[in-house]
Amino acid sequence: MAGSDSTDTLLETPLGALHRALGGRMVPFAGYAMPVQYPAGIMAEHLHCRAQAALFDVSHMGQAELLGEGAAAALERLTPADVAGLKPGRQRYGLLTTEDGGIFDDFMVANLGERLFLVVNASRKAEDFARIEAALPAGVTLRPLPDRALVALQGPAAATAVAAIAPDLPGMSFMQVKATTIAGIDALVSRSGYTGEDGFEISVAADTAEALAKALLALPGVQPAGLGARDSLRLEAGLCLYGNDIDLTTSPVEAALTWTIGKRRRMEWNFPGADRVRAELANGTKRLRIGIRPEGRQPARSHTPVHAPDGSAVGEITSGGFGPSANAPVAMGYVDRALAEDGTALALMVRGKALPARVAPLPFVPHRYAR
Amino acid sequence: MAELRYTKDHEWVRLEGDSATVGITDHAQTALGDVVFVDLPEIGREVAAGEAIAVVESVKAASDVYAPIAGRIVEVNAGLTDDPALINASPTGDGWFFRIEPKDPAEIAALMDDAAYARFVESEA
Repeated sequence: MAGSDSTDTLLETPLGALHRALGGRMVPFAGYAMPVQYPAGIMAEHLHCRAQAALFDVSHMGQAELLGEGAAAALERLTPADVAGLKPGRQRYGLLTTEDGGIFDDFMVANLGERLFLVVNASRKAEDFARIEAALPAGVTLRPLPDRALVALQGPAAATAVAAIAPDLPGMSFMQVKATTIAGIDALVSRSGYTGEDGFEISVAADTAEALAKALLALPGVQPAGLGARDSLRLEAGLCLYGNDIDLTTSPVEAALTWTIGKRRRMEWNFPGADRVRAELANGTKRLRIGIRPEGRQPARSHTPVHAPDGSAVGEITSGGFGPSANAPVAMGYVDRALAEDGTALALMVRGKALPARVAPLPFVPHRYAR
Repeated sequence: MAELRYTKDHEWVRLEGDSATVGITDHAQTALGDVVFVDLPEIGREVAAGEAIAVVESVKAASDVYAPIAGRIVEVNAGLTDDPALINASPTGDGWFFRIEPKDPAEIAALMDDAAYARFVESEA
């Protein structure tokens, strides 16, 4: 059984009191006390998000603004994403890469016209901000936004439900960003998320976060969901978790995230790690990130060794668990390129026993983004 | 029905006749959350007290289940394979894990009773 980790020294998000009032079970995550689940439980919270709408607190994530002439060009020194080509009011997913072609972090960047808006992982925000800061030319400033909260409203009912308090949200397109008001509260909203469902990520000043969360939870069909459901939802959606599925050793090509590299950037080759990426695109990689479906009902967790049917070691699971919507165990991991084809038989070494599995297409549950 | 005894690993034991039925407590199933899979020991296996002999998997994690006493596994709950959620619905009833023929029934008497287990859970909170 899990030990009772002390939550005394942990940071609180602006919604800490609300989580406790809602019966959230608080656990340590990236230095914060966060709700892993509420009384409904991970399974119910996950299924409710896919059926109606769920509200997640993701205020632990790092938010920042990049200001000044040349901000996009400055950011492009750290990422292969096309930031300069991002139109005002649009958001894009990208990777910060290292000089040797690993992934420093993944992030969202939005063009707000006169500035860029960034969202990075909680576990990486200190390192990311230091790295960005160090790369900035004179005239470009990074401004971390620790006094802002971030919540995600996710699910097929999100748009219709939120229309009652924010009439302009349902008209937004996928990955659009806009400053607006929700129930009279100033908010920066993007139509995006980490569940594979339609929905919104909403950034507000910390002192308005609880009022916003309560207004959203009062909408019909909206229930709170914790980090447990967030993890099982993103895994079914085939979305990477930094530190599990991507890290300093994995390249964008190995991670099957080549699509995050801008076309222009693939001609300029002027981002950190470009040599490795270029070579891997030309010659292929040794290993690839794939989806894995274990046969039967038994989940295989991260760090489970993956073998070929002949017993040779061919890779490792990086995220794995039970997919409530897939109603089956699901996993992601890396295997030798020769075994990355959909349908290839694998053996997962769970507690010393070989669990049969197959390479499966990602996502496990189809994305249902607003288009 | 015979009284339950408890371990510090949050298993319960109920001695009935020659065998002791073992499961996880309500406190344990609440902490685990929705159970999706169980790995049960082989019938006939000789086990030592404290040995990890079963695994219970929830949506979020896998946890070991330990033999609360030494003995021989004489039966496992086949119903859990089809419906592992029985562990959540009825942890001390239909959600039992396995039955052990105790090497020394006195080992059971030495485990915590209801009141002692309640105090133990309280002390861990």
